[in-house]
Amino acid sequence: MAAKKSTKKSNTSAEELLGFYREMLLIRRFEEKAGQLYGMGLIGGFCHLYIGQEAVVVGLEATTEEGDKRITSYRDHGHMLACGMDPDGVMAELTGRAGGYSGGKGGSMHMFSKEKNFYGGHGIVGAQVPLGTGLAFADKYKGNGRVSFAYFGDGASNQGQVYEAFNMAALWELPVIFVIENNQYAMGTAQKRSTSTPDIYTRGQAFGIPGEPVDGMDVLAVKAAGQKAVAHARAGKGPYILEIKTYRYRGHSMSDPAKYRTREEVQRMREERDAIEHVRTLLLTGKHATEDDLKAIDKDIKATVNKAADFAKASPEPALEELWTDIYAEPATA
Amino acid sequence: MAIEILMPALSPTMEEGTLAKWLVKEGDTVASGDILAEIETDKATMEFEAVDEGSIGKIVIAEGTEGVKVNAVIAILVEEGEAVPDGTSEKAPQGAAEAPPATPQVSTAPASPPQPNATPDWPEGTPMKAQTVREALRDAMAEEMRADEDVYLMGEEVAEYQGAYKISQGMLDEFGPKRVIDTPITEHGFTGIAVGSAYAGLKPIVEFMTFNFAVQALDQIINSAAKTLYMSGGQMGAPMVFRGANGAAARVGAQHSQCYAAWFMQVPGLKVAMPYCASDAKGLLKTAIRDPNPVIFLENEILYGRNFDVPDVDDYTVPFGKARIWRTGTDVTIVSFGIGMQYALEAADKLAEDGISAEVLDLRTLRPMDTGAIIRSVMKTNRCVTVEEGWPQGSVGSYITSVIMQEAFDYLDAPVINCTGKDVPMPYAANLEKLALVTTDEVIAAVKQVTYR
Repeated sequence: MAAKKSTKKSNTSAEELLGFYREMLLIRRFEEKAGQLYGMGLIGGFCHLYIGQEAVVVGLEATTEEGDKRITSYRDHGHMLACGMDPDGVMAELTGRAGGYSGGKGGSMHMFSKEKNFYGGHGIVGAQVPLGTGLAFADKYKGNGRVSFAYFGDGASNQGQVYEAFNMAALWELPVIFVIENNQYAMGTAQKRSTSTPDIYTRGQAFGIPGEPVDGMDVLAVKAAGQKAVAHARAGKGPYILEIKTYRYRGHSMSDPAKYRTREEVQRMREERDAIEHVRTLLLTGKHATEDDLKAIDKDIKATVNKAADFAKASPEPALEELWTDIYAEPATA
Repeated sequence: MAIEILMPALSPTMEEGTLAKWLVKEGDTVASGDILAEIETDKATMEFEAVDEGSIGKIVIAEGTEGVKVNAVIAILVEEGEAVPDGTSEKAPQGAAEAPPATPQVSTAPASPPQPNATPDWPEGTPMKAQTVREALRDAMAEEMRADEDVYLMGEEVAEYQGAYKISQGMLDEFGPKRVIDTPITEHGFTGIAVGSAYAGLKPIVEFMTFNFAVQALDQIINSAAKTLYMSGGQMGAPMVFRGANGAAARVGAQHSQCYAAWFMQVPGLKVAMPYCASDAKGLLKTAIRDPNPVIFLENEILYGRNFDVPDVDDYTVPFGKARIWRTGTDVTIVSFGIGMQYALEAADKLAEDGISAEVLDLRTLRPMDTGAIIRSVMKTNRCVTVEEGWPQGSVGSYITSVIMQEAFDYLDAPVINCTGKDVPMPYAANLEKLALVTTDEVIAAVKQVTYR
């Protein structure tokens, strides 16, 4: 990892560390369960797991306030869980059931929550970047002091519309944080094969947008960088870029044989840089928690995930009439 | 408790595969994430990871076995020291119950002619004033922006330049730069920003200098604006208007002369309006701005400067999905919209001189489309000609023709003829351009053909 290592632990309490552990573990166990349900044929189509990248979204969510917005790509389950959406509703959407967040009509890649200010779940690589900039445009228009997080990957960072959005975000000083989750592979293409300059965080320089690299396997480093970016945006100074260097352990989607990297590379990341193990070690060595405390959390999360899976299996398929609903919103009658 | 490890589906289409290699053996302890086996699908060899922890109690399917069905038990995971239970065997897939297929919607001939909404757009005696289409569009935007703080106008040259075609004249002065926003030349980007702001509750009007440039932003219009309400199960959508000049102007060549009506009309989730006259330009645009869905509003540069009577009332709106009957007649129905109406009306005038009585319908909105009005008219006249500037293949006219075939076939006394632009990119040369466009004479010829004159 080229990113700076953070040793900052000072502004994080034991309680917050435990929270990070719990949230990251929830995402990992949820995704493992989703992978299992996919294998059983209960989840169809595309399913992109977030395993390995948990610290990114958990660290950044720790910097948000009520009303802040977020939007991301199709690798979206982790973002939804981290912003407080109900695991039952997310899992039931994965199985295409009526109890899912979109009533079964969106699927893994397309979920939304107005209540949690989660604006999707977008399947066209890069499209969420102007959309996220638009969320920030609305906040600035309303003058409500909110900020928006637009998450995208190293792959999306080569789409032209990203730079169109950078230009306008800077020009209009929009309160948006561009979060590049650099997991080093755009599907099967390693970053060095797709990207002329490796440091994506510098790509805002042409527009006057500050950016910095962040160690995405260290949730505390992510949170610290996020705080800086949020403070910048909330103060009305415009956008900020965080290039968060992370790693996905699984394939691009469930049907990816992942032959573009070695098993040893994946194994090394898991053994040496795992974000959850990192927090676990901090908790144990700092005597913030005992093995038994963590076991209790593990058990609790397993129960939450199993409950979500049970709900997702038991929830009925959408009623056939639903095929024809939600195509148009009804105009208000004058 | 023993856990059955099942043959996984590793792609959206996999039904069976080869268990190429076991990477664990009986008695091995495994943790979540450990690679258990390599599985070969029709496309690739994939690694298969453990979800649960335990020890491998039994390998049920030996490596090298081909044609292993998805969800067959391939191994048994037990807790440390636990024995393998008896009686494990291939299990039926646990997939969701098969849903009965949705009943297809079959159009059948209506028992009686549909009754279109025939109420006039304004009551008799309403005071009128002459206005250009350009002024009517500006008034519509300004009135709606006065009424709703969330409505804003964004586009290239809309503010300081007062609009590339002067549609937004005076609006910057009245509403200021916060609500009348000049963008850089970056259609894909600013369209995406506008859609995002609509998700968050604003009601943008996006002006494309011409709709040819909207093609740069097509992904944001279709994938981000039109589909979100459906994909979100009704939670959020994009209440907004995309408007600008569409179709041929004069001598601007192939890349600036295309009608996009048929393209956008195809998309569920979008509404499409294409006015001809100034009162419809005003009334439809006001309705579009208030509509909670994304609306494509197709204008025409040649019509911008044309004068029409517009009702001089406070809040004039025109509903979507209601065709306007410009002229009643008995011998043939001419259906058109936008600038096509000019040819349709001219043709009807000349046909009247020859004793042919044409009924002329202006669709005004293409989605929703007032097919009821078309059917009702065709049931009376038994003949139909459609008129549009767009290309013939997959045209608006071909859709109208299919609707008539399905709903009023027995009433037809002649095949429907679609008058369209020619099936060529727009040429620059004056004589060729004229030849490429649909003409009044072609409409007259088509009417004479269907009326056997």
